[in-house]
Amino acid sequence: MRAELFGSPGNSALTLALLAALGSAAFGLLHWGLVQARWAVVRANSTLFAVGRYPQEQQWRLWLLTALLAAAAGLAWGLLRSHPRRDRGGDLWPQNDWIAVGLLAAIALAVPWWLRLDPLIQGRWWGITALLLLVRWAAGHWGRRLPARVLALLPLLWPLLYLVGMLLINGGLGLLPVPPGDWGGLLLTLIAASFAILLCFPLGVLLALGRRSDLPLLRWGSVLYIEFIRGAPLITLLFLGQNMIGFLLPGGLAPDRVWRAAWVLTFFAAAYLAEAVRAGLVAIPPGQLEAARSLGLTIPQALRTVVLPQALRVALPTMVGQFISLLQDTTMLSLVGLMELMGTARTVMANPAFLGRNAEVYLTLAVLFWCCCAALGLGSRALERRLDPNPAS
Amino acid sequence: MGEPLSGPLPWWRDRRVLPWLVQGAVALVVLLLIAFLLGNLVRNLSAAGMLLSYRWLQQPAGFDISETLLPFDAGLPYWRALVAGLVNTLRAVLVGLVGATALGTVVGLASFSPNALLRGLARSYVELIRNIPLLLQLVFWYFVVFLALPNGEAALQLPGVVLAKSGLFLAWFGEGLRWSGPTLVDGVWRAPLRLTVEFSALVTGLVVYTGAFISEVVRGGITAVPKGQWEAAASLGLGPLVTLRRVVLPQALRVIVPGLNTQYISLAKNSALAVAVGYTDLYSVAETTLNQTGRAVEVILILLGAYLVIDLVISALMGWLNRLVRIRER
Repeated sequence: MRAELFGSPGNSALTLALLAALGSAAFGLLHWGLVQARWAVVRANSTLFAVGRYPQEQQWRLWLLTALLAAAAGLAWGLLRSHPRRDRGGDLWPQNDWIAVGLLAAIALAVPWWLRLDPLIQGRWWGITALLLLVRWAAGHWGRRLPARVLALLPLLWPLLYLVGMLLINGGLGLLPVPPGDWGGLLLTLIAASFAILLCFPLGVLLALGRRSDLPLLRWGSVLYIEFIRGAPLITLLFLGQNMIGFLLPGGLAPDRVWRAAWVLTFFAAAYLAEAVRAGLVAIPPGQLEAARSLGLTIPQALRTVVLPQALRVALPTMVGQFISLLQDTTMLSLVGLMELMGTARTVMANPAFLGRNAEVYLTLAVLFWCCCAALGLGSRALERRLDPNPAS
Repeated sequence: MGEPLSGPLPWWRDRRVLPWLVQGAVALVVLLLIAFLLGNLVRNLSAAGMLLSYRWLQQPAGFDISETLLPFDAGLPYWRALVAGLVNTLRAVLVGLVGATALGTVVGLASFSPNALLRGLARSYVELIRNIPLLLQLVFWYFVVFLALPNGEAALQLPGVVLAKSGLFLAWFGEGLRWSGPTLVDGVWRAPLRLTVEFSALVTGLVVYTGAFISEVVRGGITAVPKGQWEAAASLGLGPLVTLRRVVLPQALRVIVPGLNTQYISLAKNSALAVAVGYTDLYSVAETTLNQTGRAVEVILILLGAYLVIDLVISALMGWLNRLVRIRER
């Protein structure tokens, strides 16, 4: 370490210069954040940033959804811990449980305190965190006794939860409908991103298979679609979605502005995902398909059970990379007038009371996005390790 | 799997028929979908009295463009406005490409530095930039950095460069091709070359963002060169810089150039976010044009076509570069 930093006079000078620059930058940032910045703009608008103009008397539905998601996350966490991969010397995830618990508890305590949230809302966040940890403990304790049949069915909980969540957010079945125009902030960002991620996946896999197909019509159709989408900036496609879908569908059938944008995101992401999956397909030796065929599997069977599982595992890092950039791309919805996080930031700063408080708002959003994207990246690396058939160790 | 092997196959499972059946079915569905959408389009457009036409391109635009290379005013027709926007896009993309390549190369090389702190810094830069949306970075540069610059005496002054809220003033060849720097006249900065803060914010944002991705491309390219090449060059007595320039980079370029192509195209497409920082690029002009004329289909076709052509030109140039750096077998 010492040789790496102070090995030669030139190296030492470089280290000292960098340390001085870093130190002054860190000091400047701290001084700004603690003394000059006026965080009231974030604190006073925390609800707006979280859910937009979602009606207050209906917000209990979002709390319920958050609690359900926390319980499901706790369940998944507990089961991952109680079912180590035996073929891997008992590889556990997360590798250090206590650090994860500590981090979660620290965030749950610090963020509501820093935002100066209402004591009642702070209490709800603590309750939800406690629920997550409780379910994690219960699943870790009793998870091994669950029969394999139940365990195999548990992943179905996530799509079910997604449908329940959309029902809770959107209303219907006796719940008061909340129109998409009232969704906003982080809620809208997450809805748009998750919707596009879920639906672009099957579409992207089909397009990738189409592009690798022997049938010329399928191949050229897929190539045309993928290259058309990848040749255009997302913002022009969103623009197209907002301004042309009204002409392309019979009157009255055109979806709401929010759903138009969500569909454009989906079709956009599918083209990029197709390229990631194609790279995975190329990496699988043709002998795999030939062997599966000679065992008597039909082409769809061979693809589903032999080729795709291997190809998707190879493509996983790239795919998660695409999902991360998709999450970031949702900010562009603000440019077509939707109120996701960036759009909310715009309206907040148009308020004369918070004029000129750009730095505080943008820095908060940057930290939020950075944490979400970095967490996705970490999760992807953990999943890669768990799925790797030939671990290095 | 389970079907008996005896007995004739149904005719539609025949190897000569099945592919055509599948393709026919897909083609039918796609054609029906396209016919449905186009039918609606024609019906809706004729109901609105706006069937496809490009005659409106000749009408006066009626809006101004704040900065252009080509002379433009509100009396000129729409097509001149779109061309001015396109030129603005190309200007930002060209400057951005050069800057991002330079930054990306420096950071990519820094990640091989013997100094651990510099290596860590290069990695942190990439991790920081890649996990924050570009749009957020652009508005940060514009509203937080460039619009917060002071004017007049207090402006940020470096040799040959002055950063002020009224713009970026650079030393350049002035009248009579004399090299001259920025000067303060009556509290207003003047220089032979002035860039607006909008342009500066856009280019800075694009360079810093794309530079992070290019540094990864450069790093990947250099990692792909076998270690033995470094060792062989060192044993021939070459210094590290000569080794890099004469031995490693020529081989790394084969890996780097295709990666650069992807990044260049994404920079060109990302330049459409200029609208968020008030720079009137092609997209921004097209948006105004659509709002004024209501010609959604025509404007969007022009936009998509223009970006497609830009992408193709970049790809063609990079393909040419790729052939240049290819290893020639003797």
